[in-house]
Formats: sequence, structure tokens, C-alpha cells
Amino acid sequence: MNDSMKIENRWARAFVILLLTLGAIAMLFPFFWMISGSFKTIREITSPDIIWWPEEMQWDNYTTVLTMKTNPFGIYFKNSIIVAVANTVFTLLTTILGAFAFSRLEFKGRDKLFSILLATMMVPSQMYIVTNFITITRMNLYDSLWAQILPYTASVFYIYLLRQFFNQIPDQIYLAAKVDGCSDWKYLWKMMVPNAKSSLVTIGLFNFIASWNAYLWPLMVTGRIEKRVLSIGLKYFASDSGTDYHLMMAGATIVVLPLIVIYLVFQKYIIQGIARGGLKG
Amino acid sequence: MVGQNQRKTFLKAMLYMLPALVIIALFVVWPMFHTLRMSFYEDFNIFNKTGEGFGLSSYIWVLQDPTFHKALLNTFIYAIVTVPVSIMIALAIAILLNSGIRGSKFFQTAYFLPYVTNAIAIGLAFRFIFHSEFGVFNKFLAIFGIDAINWLTDPDWAMPTLCIFGVWSALAFKIVIFLAGLQGIDPQLYQAARIDEAGKWKMFTSITLPQLGPIMAYQFVIATINAFKAYNEVVGLFGDDGPLHSAITMVYYMYDKFYNANKYTIAAASGVIMFLIIMVFTFIQLGMSNRKADQ
Repeated sequence: MNDSMKIENRWARAFVILLLTLGAIAMLFPFFWMISGSFKTIREITSPDIIWWPEEMQWDNYTTVLTMKTNPFGIYFKNSIIVAVANTVFTLLTTILGAFAFSRLEFKGRDKLFSILLATMMVPSQMYIVTNFITITRMNLYDSLWAQILPYTASVFYIYLLRQFFNQIPDQIYLAAKVDGCSDWKYLWKMMVPNAKSSLVTIGLFNFIASWNAYLWPLMVTGRIEKRVLSIGLKYFASDSGTDYHLMMAGATIVVLPLIVIYLVFQKYIIQGIARGGLKG
Repeated sequence: MVGQNQRKTFLKAMLYMLPALVIIALFVVWPMFHTLRMSFYEDFNIFNKTGEGFGLSSYIWVLQDPTFHKALLNTFIYAIVTVPVSIMIALAIAILLNSGIRGSKFFQTAYFLPYVTNAIAIGLAFRFIFHSEFGVFNKFLAIFGIDAINWLTDPDWAMPTLCIFGVWSALAFKIVIFLAGLQGIDPQLYQAARIDEAGKWKMFTSITLPQLGPIMAYQFVIATINAFKAYNEVVGLFGDDGPLHSAITMVYYMYDKFYNANKYTIAAASGVIMFLIIMVFTFIQLGMSNRKADQ
């Protein structure tokens, strides 16, 4: 806390708390309204009055959404988990190996190669999708979970972040380990990876969240219900059932709730990640 | 001997980098060139997905398409409105959060939460809130005697509604960055100002703002880039590109041409145009902030 920015006047303090409370309501209200709506009956949800909380919580809305024939969120949930976990595991692997090579192994053209990689970050990823769609179809992966996993199993940005962390570990430790006959492979997994734990948790979390929230790409490469993920389910749901807002809110809650839990548990890592790396997009 | 060692390290490094490089080459580097090439094809066969010829016809088509003009205009409006508004609100909130009040941990949790949410899901929640008949927002406005507004179905209201949603979604990230920036300012600067009996406003304009300069520039660049790429917010809120395409954005246009209309070369050309616009804006903004820093 920055001491010198403190407000001393008691009335000014009360006013600040009032402002912050109003703002917090504006930030949290959509979440509250979504969850409250997900427990309402269709009559309550279309009522002309404001109903803050349903008279009786309709847990059935959730069972309906999870098992709907045309749009089974149960299957979508499973797919989302598989895609996000696989994505994260592979990304962490490629990131660890790549960052190690770029930070510890001295080879010719290393810095040049790294700047070329960094330059690719300037191109908006939306531009890739046209070609990537063609590539995925050629690989016969259209309409599969692999199509949603594979293109996002390596990231220049995460390699860049982890390399920065690896670079902070003093060279002497590396050289001493080498003298003791420790191989690069062993050094990486026994020494660097455990040390970089908090960076890796942050990278893993951001990757998981990004994968969970991905929309445009999964929409393009999937067709059948069996291969859809949650975000896509919400889209089809919304166009199928015009005014079933109570079910739509249950679906939206199923998508958002895991994110809220992750956020509350790992808040520290997520905030540090944004503040340090400016992670976004 | 040395040469052999070097080759050995090189091979080893290659092995370590191989998984990442293969994926990046295939799904990042190759598409950059291939999409660029596609945008210049004169003829494209969508069945075997190969093209022929070299010319500007796709670009001419895109630049003459009224829907693209609409998408371009909307994207600019979205950026011009949401970027400064969200930055100002975020700065104000960050300053309040940093003023040493009690419960600031709770407030931080509340303000940062929207960062992790799914734009499609929370867009649905906003669709429900903004619903013209039973949306809670219109009910709330009715208390003040304001007539129901068709936030989502009136083409004239589509962009304002999108901008409200855009500002709401963009706040969390910016607040985190500003808060980190504020906490990084040297407290001695304020103590010195206090000895000079400077007022709060004076401290804000002569210490806080200049100290936040680089962060402010960073926020503008990132926010503008993100605004130019707006897509999920549009689909989340409207399910499509709004009533009568009134909320179509550049990315939506590209996706629509590619996926719904199967016009691959048109999509590629619009993607390249989008990239160029983003590049130009990034350089202008970086140039401006560098010049300011030099003064």
C-alpha cells in the first residue's frame, strides 16, 4: 500500500467506499443476475417485476441443460475439460523445453531466431484462422478435439515469459551443476522447473482460461454435437431456444462457475501474471 | 574440436526447441505467409483449396464492399469510445482502490473478477439484462420514468449497447495494470509534494499522471489492438452481428466472408487490411508516447 496516497478525512473515506461499492455492484451484478436467473422458472424470468431471487431454486434447469438432446452441456463440459487440460499440458511442455534452449543453451543464431519469433506476436492471430482451417482439414482433423488442441500447443509469448524467469537463475549454479556431471536434461527438470513453479502455474492458468474461453476457432473446426465445447454450445443454445432465458442462464453459469472458482483459488497468481507480463489476448 | 562441440550444442538446442518450433512454424509462421499469398489470388478453388493468379481483385472487392465500410466504421467507433472511456474509469477505480481504505482486498477481488470470464457466457447475461421486455435494465430505468429502450433489437442502439458491454469487459485488466503502476510510484515523491503543501489534484496532475506515463501508453496500445479485434463481445451480446448487421466488426466481417460465404480470398484480404490498420495505429501511438517521453 502506498502510504502517501492515503485519504485521511473521514467523510472523504466514506465517500470513496460508497463509490467503490457502487462500482463493485456494477461489476458483480451481471454474475449475480446470471446465477439468480439460472434458478428461476420461465414465469419468474419473463415476469414484468424485478425478482431478485427465485421463490424456489429450480435445480432442474441444470439437469435439463446438462442432458438436453439437441445441446447436451454434459458432453460439452467434458470436451472443454479435455481440450483445456491437453492444451495446457502440451503448452507447458513445449514452453519449458523451448525456454530452456533459448535461455541456457548457447548456439549460433539463437538471438536472431528469438527475435524472429517475437516479431510474429505482432500479427493478430485472427489472421491465421483462414490458413489454419485449410491446414487442419488437410490433416483430416476437421471436427475433432485434436483440431482444437493442436494449433495452441505452443506459444511464443509464454516461451518469452518463462525465458525471462530462467534468465534470472544465476549462471554459476548451471556451471557448477555441469562440473558435477549433471546433464542439461536433469538440470532442467531437477533445478529450473521446480524453481520456476510460480511462473509455470501462472502460464498454465492463463493457458487453461484462454482455452476454456476460446470461441472463434472451435466454432470453425467443429460440426458434430459430440465434438463441441462449452462456448460453442452456448451459441447454438442461444439461437435454438429464443426465450428460454432461465436455461440459457444455467448454461452460462456452467461455463463461468469453474472460472470463478479458479479465479478465487489462484487470484494471487492471476493478478501477478497480469501485472508482470501484461498477459492478454 | 570446437566446431564439433558447437554443432553438438546446436543439435541439442534444436531437439529442445523442436516441439515448439514445429507447432509455431505450422500454425503461426506459415499462415502469415499463406494468408498474405491467398489475399492476392485471382482464382480460388474451395474444393481442393488451391488458388491461381496474382492480383489485387480481392482487395478491390473488399474496399468497395459497403458491408466492409460498415465493419470498419463500427470498429473505429468501438475503439474510439471504449478505449478512452475504459482507461479513465479504470484509472479512477485504481486510484480509489489505492487510497488505503478498509476492505480494499474485497473490492479488488470484485473488480478483477470480470477478467477471467467467458465473453460468450457473460454476453448472454448482458443480453438478458438488456432485454427490451423483461430485461432488468429497462425495469430499472422505468423507475425514473424512462421508456423501454430496444437495446439489442434497434439498429441505432446496437453500437451503444456494444460499447457499454465493451467498457465493462475491458475494465478489470486495466485496473490491475494501473494498480500495479500506482503501487510502483516512489512514496517520497508524494512526501516532497506534501511538504510543499500541494493539493490532491496538484499531486495527481504533477506526480501520478506523469509517473504513470509509460503505463498509460501501454494501456492505450493494448486496448486499441484489442478493440480492433473485437468479435467475441459482438457474438456474445447479439448472437450474430446485431440487427441489420448494425454491430458488424472487422473480425466478424472476415469470419463471415470465410465461413458463411466461403470467400476465402476476400477473408484473407480483409485480414491483411486489418493487420495493416493495427500496425499503423500501434506505431502512431508508440511514436506519440515516445515523443512525449523525449520532451
